[in-house]
Amino acid sequence: MHMQGGARLPVVSGVAFAVRPGECVVLAGPSGVGKSSILRMIYGSYRCDRGHILVRNGDVTIDVAAAEPRQIIALRRHLIGYVSQFLRALPRVTTIDVVAEPIVTVGVSREEARRRAAELLRRVNIPERLLGLPPATFSGGEQQRVNIARGFLPDLPVLLLDEPTASLDAVNRAAVVDLIAEKKRQGTAIIAVVHDDDVRAAIADTIIDISRFASAA
Amino acid sequence: MKQIAHDQPLLVAEGLSKWYGRQIGCRDVSLALYEGEVLAVAGESGSGKTTLLQLLSGQLEPTAGRVLYRMRDGVTRELAALGQAERRFLFRTDWGYVHQDPVLGLRMAVSAGANVGERLMAVGWRHYGRIRGTASSWLDRVEIDRSRIDDAPITYSGGMRQRLQIARNLITQPRLVFMDEPTGGLDVSVQARLLDLVRGLVAELGLAVIVVTHDLAVARLLSHRIMVMKGGEAIETGLTDQVLDDPHEPYTQLLVSSILPP
Repeated sequence: MHMQGGARLPVVSGVAFAVRPGECVVLAGPSGVGKSSILRMIYGSYRCDRGHILVRNGDVTIDVAAAEPRQIIALRRHLIGYVSQFLRALPRVTTIDVVAEPIVTVGVSREEARRRAAELLRRVNIPERLLGLPPATFSGGEQQRVNIARGFLPDLPVLLLDEPTASLDAVNRAAVVDLIAEKKRQGTAIIAVVHDDDVRAAIADTIIDISRFASAA
Repeated sequence: MKQIAHDQPLLVAEGLSKWYGRQIGCRDVSLALYEGEVLAVAGESGSGKTTLLQLLSGQLEPTAGRVLYRMRDGVTRELAALGQAERRFLFRTDWGYVHQDPVLGLRMAVSAGANVGERLMAVGWRHYGRIRGTASSWLDRVEIDRSRIDDAPITYSGGMRQRLQIARNLITQPRLVFMDEPTGGLDVSVQARLLDLVRGLVAELGLAVIVVTHDLAVARLLSHRIMVMKGGEAIETGLTDQVLDDPHEPYTQLLVSSILPP
């Protein structure tokens, strides 16, 4: 990582793992060990100093670590979804459109996109009356569920989840676990950071302890 | 929303430099912009952003380097080699230029409808009713009440003027729009509305945009890619979230860490 004044902060090194279609890999380890950083490297938000991140799409394999910005934009539209910890709300955009946007961008009609967005929002228990409002003033848990719906709406082969259930109650945690199980059945490869033991037990096929890759700072 | 149809860039800059006497405006900048792509050029005042924008849009002659543009017929041409008529065509039809100060981009004394309709007339529209109808629908799109169509922009607020300038630019369905600090000088709430509007139109129309801004929040909201300039040079480029979340250059780090939390 690169910080103020040109300082460099080593985070992780020598990380190696593979995820198959329909598999859920959970990255584990204490806070600050670099789990979210790994997700961001896969998504292309952080650059890697060394190594490769290979994503296979049919017969084509793309190295995110070496991809041009344009390729990364295309990867995000068509291959890799990411649910961050916090919703980055835009002024004035309604909840339903926040959720529908990723599939409108790839050519689904707005009407159809809104219909699918509404259905998914119902599954994560966002009340109908909130759909026409911008999510900026929603509670932390509501915003997180809007964010989850946005990330889960497109059917992408790879899904990255950063603490998707951190501020949810038991009912909503269960709803999200259901959605993850559904994605796995559809063949989505999932890489998740989850602290909640029950959720982890419910979704993980493989658990990787990231602390063994941590760089001595 | 249009897909990114061509794998050829729309606009290419190669080794652009501009000296004002012995003063450097911009040094050795190269970039390629594709259809539907939004590029932010960020940096502080005096970093060469506006010089670069003027070079890219053919308003300034570079001291060295060249700008190439893929015309609507698919042929890529060098800007400096275009004739007057071809340049006029670009400026009136295929390009838009949104100034920071709407006064520079509008005719303040004529009606809003005439401001928006003017570019249509420039490309040969003659039917008054159709021009007015198209102008009205563009006022709707930029959220200006149709009842204000006969008022001159001198009677408009700053935010309305800026939205009118945007409508005036987009009415001919340009493929590339240059924006120079489009939200500079507006109140924060007015800024948010304008940004959201611009963001929606850009996505819907599949526009390529080069937006100059000193405001990294604007860059984050609007752009796919970012170029950070300092002292006339492009010091860091990449995906916007890459550069803003993990800036490599000390100067970019300083800019990013100077953002005040909301």
